[in-house]
Amino acid sequence: MKTDDVHVSFKNVQKSYDGIKLVVKDLNLDIGRGEFVTMLGPSGSGKTTCLMMLAGFEPATQGEIMFDGRSINNIPPHKRGIGMVFQNYALFPHMTVAQNLAFPLEVRKMEKAKIDEKVQHVLDMVEMGEFGDRRPAQLSGGQQQRIALARALVFDAELVLMDEPLGALDKQLREQMQYEIKNIHEQLGVSVVYVTHDQSEALTMSDRICVFNDGIIQQAASPDDLYERPENSFVAQFIGENNTLTGTIDTLHDGLADVTLESGEKVSAAAIKVGKVGESTMLSVRPERVIVNPDESKVPFTIAGHVQKLIYLGDHIRCRMTVAGNDEFIIKMPNDSEDRLLAVGEDVRVSWKPEDCRALDVI
Amino acid sequence: MVEEAVSGTSLLKKLRRTERRKKIEAVGLITPLFVLMLIFYFIPIGLMLYKSIDNSQMREIMPHTARAIEHWSGKGLPDEPVYTAIVEDMKVAYPNRTLAKAGRRLNFDLVGFHSLLSKTGRKLRKLKGPPYKEALIKLDKKWGDPRYWTVLQRGLKNTTLIYLLATLDLRYDDKNNITHVPDEQAIYVSIIGRTIYISIFVTVLCLVIGFPFAYIMANATTRVRNLMMIGLMLVFWTSLLVRTLSWILVLQNKGVVNSILMWAGLISQPLDLVFNRIGVYIAMTHVLLPFMVLPLFSVMSGIPSYYVRAARSLGATSIVAFFRVYVPQTKPGIGAGCLMVFIQALGYYITPALVGGPKDQMLSYFVAFFVNERVNWSMASALGLMLLLITGSLYLILGKHVSITNIKLN
Ligand SMILES: Nc1ncnc2c1ncn2[C@@H]1O[C@H](COP(=O)(O)OP(=O)(O)O)[C@@H](O)[C@H]1O
Ligand SMILES: [Mg+2]
Repeated sequence: MKTDDVHVSFKNVQKSYDGIKLVVKDLNLDIGRGEFVTMLGPSGSGKTTCLMMLAGFEPATQGEIMFDGRSINNIPPHKRGIGMVFQNYALFPHMTVAQNLAFPLEVRKMEKAKIDEKVQHVLDMVEMGEFGDRRPAQLSGGQQQRIALARALVFDAELVLMDEPLGALDKQLREQMQYEIKNIHEQLGVSVVYVTHDQSEALTMSDRICVFNDGIIQQAASPDDLYERPENSFVAQFIGENNTLTGTIDTLHDGLADVTLESGEKVSAAAIKVGKVGESTMLSVRPERVIVNPDESKVPFTIAGHVQKLIYLGDHIRCRMTVAGNDEFIIKMPNDSEDRLLAVGEDVRVSWKPEDCRALDVI
Repeated sequence: MVEEAVSGTSLLKKLRRTERRKKIEAVGLITPLFVLMLIFYFIPIGLMLYKSIDNSQMREIMPHTARAIEHWSGKGLPDEPVYTAIVEDMKVAYPNRTLAKAGRRLNFDLVGFHSLLSKTGRKLRKLKGPPYKEALIKLDKKWGDPRYWTVLQRGLKNTTLIYLLATLDLRYDDKNNITHVPDEQAIYVSIIGRTIYISIFVTVLCLVIGFPFAYIMANATTRVRNLMMIGLMLVFWTSLLVRTLSWILVLQNKGVVNSILMWAGLISQPLDLVFNRIGVYIAMTHVLLPFMVLPLFSVMSGIPSYYVRAARSLGATSIVAFFRVYVPQTKPGIGAGCLMVFIQALGYYITPALVGGPKDQMLSYFVAFFVNERVNWSMASALGLMLLLITGSLYLILGKHVSITNIKLN
């Protein structure tokens, strides 16, 4: 379903609302046909603004937005043919569900019989076939969500934008809807630009995630790349759980960096986003990649750790310890070897494979 | 089991007792308000409305006749006791000058009654009797005409419909049938029609001006919105009289508007903008505009912008999005605004009186006219009742669709 064909592309797009502050700074992004791209980032990072520019409700201050290879900067929203699901659903309260769904077809002057057929078809697709005569206010949040989705799809839009569509639902419903949205996406092959600030949502649904911060895409990559190979400290800390240690670079060789931590201990890490020898760096290592009390002959280094707290979580054990002055150093140990269980107050040695730890920029 | 049942009933008893206490408390809380409403609202209005059918004054002027004529079958002429009674009554009423009042009232039904009573009153002392039947008929042969007695019998009942009928240009003829009044006297139906027409016209004008105004206000920045609100409320900060008079200054022949238009060379003759229907429309629309704008603004500022955006993203042009998605959501505001403006316009009095011509006066003007000039409370009340009926039926028709309690003014 995914092809290399570019569907939407942002070229050097900037946006300022007040002429002083840039809310979106130099956005460059290509979205492939049929791709599910998620914009993930903290609130106020400019995600909605990007979506609004794409939908045509906000003009780009600078740069160009291409759709099917044509610039759409001067095309009004109603001619763009982009489906949109709003966070508050935006179902028209004075119309029934069926009337809501018929609206985009009526304004396209489709004939009545065709409209009825399409409406029923899309209702069945979101499993709401019986609800055509209800008013939006008579539906639950999840049901309204489905109708909003159906309405964005009923006129055969090839691109659907969704701005935090599941934000108002409870956890269980959210997970179900994530699954259904993903399902529909795969069935119809539409391109989706999805906005969320929930990283687990982004990780489960997306082909590609763009992590936004401060109006800049920090990294655009597939979910596993993003988790395994964050390119800077912001992404490393924003996605998943992460331990950070700061230190100074001693040597750089073969893509590795030897680093002296603030405690004076020496460790190794993969040099990803570092400056020169002598500059400081931020090391980032996932909790599950930390090795406790390793065989000293088999690892290049060990450093001291002091166990502060243990949390038993069944399949794994979470341990908070102090490592190189960081009191919040977390490790996750699989619950498989009783003889290696730790005790609170115990002093241990910790280590990691150099390629599991990433030396990144200091923030 | 037995114990359970006992405790069960006592539980029910307890529940009832607490419920009853709650009910008493609730009633206690609203009683003062209710009494206040009763004393200052319902009772005065009720009394006022009763005046439109009240006829007790006539019975006070002619108590004996009233009692004697009750038994008259209405066929032929009444018997001697009725004639005796009316002479007795006139003997008292003529010197008291209340007889003239009765004459005016009866003249409503039958022209000539007023002169008959005053003539008879004047000659009462020379009248010989009893028996009076012959003597009265000799004095004026109208006393031998059954039509006068039919009118008198009806005129001495406790209640009368003549005033209410009069507001619809109807009256009783001398055979007790309801008929139309002669064309040259038929004025009230056209006045009621004119009142409704002017009110509808003003309501439409208010809607046409108020809707865009409220829309701009609801979508403006806080600064602009406050300025617009002050501009609107300025209407309330000056007295009705000053406002209306200033319209005369603006609209009169040598007023601002005509001066500007003539200076600009658009017209060579001053336009007649005041002391006619145009002046009434302009001044009333100005005064009533806030009552249209405020509910509209309230509703509009509660409509989030994403609805129109959604419509646009679904392929609607801005015009289609506006009329199919935005406007329907303002319906409660349109309904409430129209109702408020229309009902107030129905009762307008000073503004048409000052800036209108004789053909532009509304129902309230005639209410005031009957109270102040004619001292005819009955006619004033009957016209008032008509106003109330129009308002009430409108409310019944529209009340289902427009719930004013839904409108929040923020
Ligand atoms: N219509 C607007 N006018 C002015 N500033 C805005 C407007 N919309 C958003 N902003 C500002 O732009 C920034 C980014 O907002 P937004 O795109 O909504 O972020 P996000 O969706 O990522 O939470 C925020 O600082 C916000 O205050
Ligand atoms: Mg947002």
